[in-house]
Amino acid sequence: MIYQDSKTILEVRGLRATVNGIEILKGLDFTVKSGEVHAIMGPNGSGKSTFAKVLAGHSAYEVTAGTALFEGCNLFELEAEERARAGLFLGFQYPIEIPGVANSQFLRLTYNTMQVQRGNEELDPLEFDDLVREKMKLLEMSPDFLDRSVNEGFSGGEKKRNEILQMALLEPRLGVLDETDSGLDIDALSIVANGVNQLANKNDAIVLVTHYQRLLNYIVPDFVHVMDAGRITKTGGKDLALELEERGYDWIAAERQAASEAMAGEVVA
Amino acid sequence: MSEVLQNLVNQPYKHGFVTNIESDVAEKGLSEDTIRMISSKKNEPQWLLDFRLKSYQAWLKMEEPEWANIHYPKIDLQAISYFASPKQKPKLNSMDEVDPELLRTFEKLGVPLHERMALAGVAVDVIFDSVSVATTYKDRLAEVGIIFCSMSEAVHEHPELVQKYLGTVVPTGDNFFAALNSAVFTDGSFCFIPKGVKCPMDLSTYFRINTEETGQFERTLIVAEEGASVSYLEGCTAPAFSSNQLHAAVVELVALDDADIKYSTVQNWYAGDENGIGGVYNFVTKRGMAQGVNSRISWTQVETGSAITWKYPSVILRGDNSVGEFYSVAVTNHLQQADTGTKMVHIGKNTRSTIVSKGISAGRSNNSYRGLVKIGPPADGARNFSQCDSMLIGDQSGANTFPYIQVRNNSAIVEHEASTSKIGEDQLFYFAQRGIDAEAAVSMIINGFCKDVFQQLPMEFAVEATQLLGLKLEGSVG
Repeated sequence: MIYQDSKTILEVRGLRATVNGIEILKGLDFTVKSGEVHAIMGPNGSGKSTFAKVLAGHSAYEVTAGTALFEGCNLFELEAEERARAGLFLGFQYPIEIPGVANSQFLRLTYNTMQVQRGNEELDPLEFDDLVREKMKLLEMSPDFLDRSVNEGFSGGEKKRNEILQMALLEPRLGVLDETDSGLDIDALSIVANGVNQLANKNDAIVLVTHYQRLLNYIVPDFVHVMDAGRITKTGGKDLALELEERGYDWIAAERQAASEAMAGEVVA
Repeated sequence: MSEVLQNLVNQPYKHGFVTNIESDVAEKGLSEDTIRMISSKKNEPQWLLDFRLKSYQAWLKMEEPEWANIHYPKIDLQAISYFASPKQKPKLNSMDEVDPELLRTFEKLGVPLHERMALAGVAVDVIFDSVSVATTYKDRLAEVGIIFCSMSEAVHEHPELVQKYLGTVVPTGDNFFAALNSAVFTDGSFCFIPKGVKCPMDLSTYFRINTEETGQFERTLIVAEEGASVSYLEGCTAPAFSSNQLHAAVVELVALDDADIKYSTVQNWYAGDENGIGGVYNFVTKRGMAQGVNSRISWTQVETGSAITWKYPSVILRGDNSVGEFYSVAVTNHLQQADTGTKMVHIGKNTRSTIVSKGISAGRSNNSYRGLVKIGPPADGARNFSQCDSMLIGDQSGANTFPYIQVRNNSAIVEHEASTSKIGEDQLFYFAQRGIDAEAAVSMIINGFCKDVFQQLPMEFAVEATQLLGLKLEGSVG
């Protein structure tokens, strides 16, 4: 939702980033304000997931130019865990399995880490158990999730629910959900989307990175951005997603091509 | 390997300090004279001297084993001093008489003896450079007929028991290092649980090498008579020295009918620095004889130290329905090498054994599991289950599994499972993205990995082991 008195949470300017020496992000601008829900769409290989990982501080990616202010701090000066503690959450496209570590244990450690960061009391295992069970109802998760190893042997849908559960527990300022809809059947999608919708609020913001418009039937974005070849090339309202669904991505590239040719023509003239 | 990981693993040894206690050190070198000297210094009976000399003769004919997956320069056994004892009053009536410097050492190691005595109710037989300096709780144990004392003391006060069982599980000529130990062992622990007695507390020994270049040759013997049970804890740390130190201990366990012996070890000898300089060579022979019907012997070990670990705590399942267990966590870092595992030798009918081995390799270390499951012809209905899991940290460490299975009875069932995993950048990034730093992440992954073994440890030890692993792998991941 767009609010009049919103504050800027994230401001990215001219971001360039490489992986293995290949430039993926080529001068990306992006701004998110509190209360807003953004969707970043784009064809495969356009750099959507890279952008999400660069924001979160994955070590495989190197930022070569540009700035990112998160809550007024220079994001790129922070380690990955510091970014997380500052309130940046990444919902993974492929959540990582951690054999031998009980989900309850992992969730409590991450929860308490955030609480310490915010100057709150840590919860003991019993108190935490009450809290996490409450949050799990939101995502219709069965309690045996807590005893299983983190993501190990989880179905695609279970993994994604576990991601949203973590977002619900950690209450980040900015939740970046990378392809949260991929691999979900329609029921799971609706549960996950419902969870996300309940987490949306006036103070925080959500960025959905998705290939398909489908998710946006459930979570209605305030802004839709189209990413192509490492840049955001078009921004619109929720209707843009429908247009993309109908027409695909090619017309945007063509439109941009025409625009740049026209501009080049003007310069020549 | 990323920087975070490297910083984690490259922590200096935190127990590296030398206690200034005057030591009475023997001339270097090994000969019959050395052995006679040790025996006479300890005022031993003739039969024990004979035992030593017989072992020495056997040892002279033996070759140092080379089959293990470990590499080190030849040990000069003539450059080792075979006897060192701290200079102090020979008899101690209470803890107050113990050298305060010695007590401070234990404080530094986090072994507050008084506290242990009072709070934990653990009787600690403190071994300091081969000599037992304080034995606690002995009186209380004596009330129920349990003997728990140093080997030297046992030799004098219970010679019939020592003579009856010493060398029955690990014979004098068993292997190169065991034979050497049998010839020159200086002290160790002796524990005897008489028929029908359940030991009311965990028995514990802390070992520590303190004099530079003194080989440690500890000898431990634990006997549980019919229906007896005992849980024994052994923990080790050693100060940081630059030259390698040989540690060749022998531990023998004997369990008669319906007896139960649980032996737990946390080993943290000095491992050498990050370039592999220094560190203890740990060549240990540990073996239990599940002699009686329904007897049970369980080994649990957490091996984190030593430059080289060569150790195969084993069980000979002689009695019908006897049970052997081996639970192991072995951690290697930097240039440490470990070749460790177990032998389960099934002889009795319906004997059962369980092997759970967890190897963790970091740095440029090499960690091998070597295990033998042998089912003899009479072992009808024998069963074994083995699980060997390896975890690699970083990309320069190695893990190997060498399972040997010999089955000579058709009714036996032997199962072996193995896995190899790696703490990957992706796992660490996942933790980091949830605000958890690499150190805490590694600790959590490792503890999860080792859970099956840690839950076998007595509670107090489990906590210590968890901390030790964290300490050990600090700076290893990234």
